[in-house]
Amino acid sequence: MVQIFVNANYDFVGKRRWFYIASLAAVALSLLSIALHRGLNYGIDFTGGSLIQVRYDRPVTVADVRKGLDELRLGSAVIQQFGDAQEYLIRLSGSEQRTEEISGRIVDALSRGAGTKVEIRRMEFVGPQVGRDLQFQALYAVLAGMAGILIYVAIRFDFRGGVISIAALAHDVIVTLGAISITNREMSLPLLAALLTIVGYSINDTIVVFDRIRESRGRGLRKGQTLADLVNGAINQTLSRTVLTSFTVFLTASVLYLFGGEVLHDFAFALVIGVLTGTYSSVAAATLVMDWELWSRKRTPARARLAVKGEEVAAKKS
Amino acid sequence: MRKHLPLRIGIVAAVILASIWYLYPPRKTINLGLDLQGGIHLVLGVDVDKALEAQVERGGDTVRAELEKKGIGVSSIERRSPTELVVQLASPQSWNDAQSVFRDQSGFEMKEADQAAGRVVLALRPKEAATLRDLAVRQGLETIRNRVDQFGVAEPSIQQQGENRILVQLPGVQDPERAKALIGKTALLEFKLVDERADPEAAVRGSTPVPPDDEILYQRRLDKDSGAERRIPFVVGKKALLTGRDLATARDSIDQNTRAPYVSVEFNAAGAKAFADLTEANVGKRLAIVLDGNVHSAPVIRERIPSGRAQITGGFTTQEATDLAIVLRAGALPAPVKVLEERTVGPSLGADSIRRGLYSTLTAALAVVVFMLLYYRLSGLIADVALVLNLVILMAAMAGFHATLTLPGIAGVVLTIGMAVDTNILIFERIREELRAGKTVRAAIDAGFGRAFRTVIDTHVTVLVSAAILYQFGTGPVKGFAVSLAIGILASLFTAVFFTRLVFDLIYMGPRRVEAVSI
Repeated sequence: MVQIFVNANYDFVGKRRWFYIASLAAVALSLLSIALHRGLNYGIDFTGGSLIQVRYDRPVTVADVRKGLDELRLGSAVIQQFGDAQEYLIRLSGSEQRTEEISGRIVDALSRGAGTKVEIRRMEFVGPQVGRDLQFQALYAVLAGMAGILIYVAIRFDFRGGVISIAALAHDVIVTLGAISITNREMSLPLLAALLTIVGYSINDTIVVFDRIRESRGRGLRKGQTLADLVNGAINQTLSRTVLTSFTVFLTASVLYLFGGEVLHDFAFALVIGVLTGTYSSVAAATLVMDWELWSRKRTPARARLAVKGEEVAAKKS
Repeated sequence: MRKHLPLRIGIVAAVILASIWYLYPPRKTINLGLDLQGGIHLVLGVDVDKALEAQVERGGDTVRAELEKKGIGVSSIERRSPTELVVQLASPQSWNDAQSVFRDQSGFEMKEADQAAGRVVLALRPKEAATLRDLAVRQGLETIRNRVDQFGVAEPSIQQQGENRILVQLPGVQDPERAKALIGKTALLEFKLVDERADPEAAVRGSTPVPPDDEILYQRRLDKDSGAERRIPFVVGKKALLTGRDLATARDSIDQNTRAPYVSVEFNAAGAKAFADLTEANVGKRLAIVLDGNVHSAPVIRERIPSGRAQITGGFTTQEATDLAIVLRAGALPAPVKVLEERTVGPSLGADSIRRGLYSTLTAALAVVVFMLLYYRLSGLIADVALVLNLVILMAAMAGFHATLTLPGIAGVVLTIGMAVDTNILIFERIREELRAGKTVRAAIDAGFGRAFRTVIDTHVTVLVSAAILYQFGTGPVKGFAVSLAIGILASLFTAVFFTRLVFDLIYMGPRRVEAVSI
């Protein structure tokens, strides 16, 4: 029988300071990168503009593409190789009027410029109004997704669990956005879909650990066992689950990244990062549960402490 | 736990049969999105204010006519905003007589009445304006549907989106420019008399003023050799004597002598009468045929034309003539539209995406299947069968709900493969743990399914929440992702819990003693 982490007994709780430092550093790095890039690099879905994906009959260079475009005098066009050297993305931020006009002539101009046949494979135009609407809606969607999860976890566990889960989710989303920013990827609609999927999926491991913590607490602390031992035990007992479930999704997301084609590339990248950070953050979130507990006990005045449930009184004695 | 065994076997069999039923034949049942089969996705914004302006200006004409009929002088009627008219009487003395006219205008209300100055503002009532806006969008949608139907597109989708947007999806269309021109053209056809007294060149230069009831319109002529565009000015009467509304039909033809394509139009009964009267009264003058503000041709009226037929010529290509006939038959848009968003995918990219999507799905499935088999042996095999069943149900459900499969949708399927086995991993890990704790095989299986169930529900709910929000928010392709993710997750609840449990019960919970479980 193949097994991993059978009698895992890592001291996650003892090393939790390192988790917090690593998480804070990752979040800080992500925010820094986004700040240095002057915000996220929004694609035309959000800013408006035009995008033309062309495929030449034989490999050409960016200069060849540029030569064809210059003939149309489009101003600032960004040309980017897309996959192999036969396929290119052309981005135009110009006004809609111009792109309407050029679309008929672009095939001729491009094939003249490179001296080979060219085919338009995809053309997208998003008006500025639509883009603005989407930017607002995208933010709303991610926040609504997190609010939905918060409500569910708060009902299912308690408010504290909900807040910690959301902190873990926000961490995952920020780190994923940071990875997108550092690798100079563009924020697009499919990427937003990936972010929301991460929001829905990465909470799963957290729920598994939280469930186990609660199950263990229901049994009460054994003699000589501290709250730290209990949380540590819960993380270790569910470690194989956490890692295995994430592994299968990591596997499929990696397949998408490697074989899904250029269109899905960024989408799959975000998923891979999101699954990795989601797995990690579920462990860190569990240790946060304990810290919150200890912190709130310290703050509970002696009188109120009498009202605390018997289970916790028992924990105090041990 | 071998309760209701025949019933449970029956349910699984029924689900499998239903899935096969919905899936057969596969090419016809799964609806491919525009990004997979190629086509055009257009979001059009209807300029509803233009529809209001037209209505308000017609109202102005009525007010002027009614006032003049009563012998009340009008010095000016001007539109101040899309919904407001400023009426200035020639003298304040006629104020009282004019009141009945102002009050009788349905849909308008009086504002800023100034008796001393003889001035009043007639404003479209907000409710009326809202109705007109709504009507403009709905009529626009109908007109576009008409045009698309005549253009001949298989399974087009034309829907209202939000308050004043129209979403048009045309799968499989090869020529986006032509489709766009056909859909987006306002196609307001007007017949206007050329004012022969005015000198168009002088009017353009500004050396002579344009007569008050006239306007300058241009004829665009493309020089075939240089490709340059010439604009020929015409001074024509502002009032349209006949419009596209008066047409019965339009047809494209080719001139026998010159081989030049043209469009022949036929007026309806009232239009034919008006056309006969108009031509009789204006023999020797030119009649400008104006389409969307551009003069197409301005033939000289030689005699009364009683037949109610006219020809629109003007340097068309055959395709342009065909398309013009289509838009004239379908009628003008009540308000101009503007392309707000356009996404065109060529058929070759779509085919590429399908190939890559299929390849990714198979690779991902293979990787997960092998992993589960290696890690959980016989139990892994059961989970693998459940996974295949999951994919079959997913595809069948998409066919059954007429959901559209997009490229992100395929990504959703691939992700589902990874998430669907998660449920079995949770259950199997729990069973292993129970076995380690010293439970018997049967007790461990019971505990595994029982205890993991709650967690399984949790994980499904959270992903469903995300998918629901994505569906709410997303446009075409992203919606496809949300749909396949949601269906896949729901299917996994059935296969990973219900189906695997059944198989476990059949293998391990029988009358035989079971010593070990392959997990």
